[in-house]
Amino acid sequence: MTIAETKDQIINEFNQFDDWMDKYNYLIEMGRSVPLIDETQKTDSNLIIGCQSRVWLSSEYKDGLIYYTADSDAVITKGIAFLLIRVFSGHTPTEIVEAETNFLDQIGLKEHLSPTRSNGLLSMVKQIKLYAFAYQVKEKNS
Amino acid sequence: MEDFFEDKIQSVRNDFPILSRSIYGKPLVYFDNAATTQKPNLVIDAISNYYRNDNANVHRGVHYLSQHATGAFEDVRKKVAAFVNASSPNEIIFTRGATEAINLVAWSYCETFLEAGDEIIVSALDHHSNIVPWQMACERKGAFLKVIPVSEEGELNLEVLETLLNSRTKMLAISHISNTLGTINPIAEIVVMAHSKNIPVFVDGAQGLSHGPVDVQKIDCDFYAFSAHKMYGPMGIGGLYGKTSWLEKMQPYQLGGEMIDKVTFAKTTFNEIPYKFEAGTPNVADVMGFGAAIDYLNSLGWDFITRQEQDLLHYATEKLSGIEGVKIYGTSKHKAAIVSFAIEGIHFFDAGTILDHLGIAVRTGNHCTQPLMEVFGISGTLRASMAFYNTRQEVDRLIAGIYSVKSLFA
Repeated sequence: MTIAETKDQIINEFNQFDDWMDKYNYLIEMGRSVPLIDETQKTDSNLIIGCQSRVWLSSEYKDGLIYYTADSDAVITKGIAFLLIRVFSGHTPTEIVEAETNFLDQIGLKEHLSPTRSNGLLSMVKQIKLYAFAYQVKEKNS
Repeated sequence: MEDFFEDKIQSVRNDFPILSRSIYGKPLVYFDNAATTQKPNLVIDAISNYYRNDNANVHRGVHYLSQHATGAFEDVRKKVAAFVNASSPNEIIFTRGATEAINLVAWSYCETFLEAGDEIIVSALDHHSNIVPWQMACERKGAFLKVIPVSEEGELNLEVLETLLNSRTKMLAISHISNTLGTINPIAEIVVMAHSKNIPVFVDGAQGLSHGPVDVQKIDCDFYAFSAHKMYGPMGIGGLYGKTSWLEKMQPYQLGGEMIDKVTFAKTTFNEIPYKFEAGTPNVADVMGFGAAIDYLNSLGWDFITRQEQDLLHYATEKLSGIEGVKIYGTSKHKAAIVSFAIEGIHFFDAGTILDHLGIAVRTGNHCTQPLMEVFGISGTLRASMAFYNTRQEVDRLIAGIYSVKSLFA
């Protein structure tokens, strides 16, 4: 599935919910199924600092594709982290670098990406892109 | 449950336009008053009236508007002085808020009086704003920062304080009320302890001036800092009370404008207090708003304010304690209407996000008191900080909200 297709799929999933409570319920469920980061990867260097909740993000580059794992101490943050991973994980650096990141707006979770929210998600999106960019440079140089 | 002042509160709430708005389709419950309080019409009108009718720069014009603005500006200084019972309006310096007042003293006082090897005392429950400026002053001068520890209940350990006070101590900087726990510190008692060793006391009153009367002469503190926006006034204005004897000996730290007396390229001399510490054009419009806020608080009276807030504090404490898994941080006998708590197994960010969707504004996180969070071994709390315009019914909504949070994350 392409990045765009996964995004559409998530948007469709969220469109089923009229009530914000159901939406958060779904997010919480997903938060519990996030591919947990390996404990050894929960290091300070993988920590994305937000004042409210902490997010750890790790990446692995295998056969030309990047795989992300993440964790957070807050379940809602973890649920959103899981959405980001679903969208971006398993793609090439170039696909990730070029992908748009505005799908959280479309599922009514925009407020979680505002800088004042300080939950580390905005930094997580940046970090996902940064890893992809780094692997892209590495590919070119190898 | 009915509020003690049921009728009065309804009329008071009508003074605050924002309190009638909805958030996500639900009536707003505003429990973030320790971060900033809402503003009554009187304050909003004073600011807009100033710009509509009275705007002119103060202190330097011969024309009518400038003189009128200067008079009104200085009248607010007198009003603030009376509000905290300073012995003279010259002891009131307008600043952007409490943080700027702390920075002013941490620079101006320390530049003159702090030397290498000296000590400054702060406490473990202080806001970062009353820690970092002193910490930086110590770094600049090669002095040391000492810390009064806090008990499980969130009270200062005065026995340890006694041992910290010595001949090298140049300042004791302490908050009046803890913004995180609500603890009301025994500042008058602390001042007696410090003064017996000739040590001046700086009180961070950011939370102190909105919950009850403050008499700086009775407390006998040397400095007292405050922010108008935490006392129903506008943002961007506040002040510093300082004893004349100290203010006269301190150097100004911001230069230019009204604070100057005479300038030549050889030498500049400075104006008298309070102007010496008010460089540049002041925030006149918000000073007008600040004056209106003091008028408003005076018209309500402390009796109503403290009784209503204490009633809410006790009601909220009792209700929160009744919820399984809720732990309250800060259980001092003397508290302002601030309740910090955690829900077992649920991150404060998750809880705060859901409460927000229910129309309930609480604060989550470390509340700019990371050292205090370390004392309790936690990374943050949920904090409900209440004001006289809040009601028991709103507390009930918070309680219901917590039950929703619990079932959602169960």
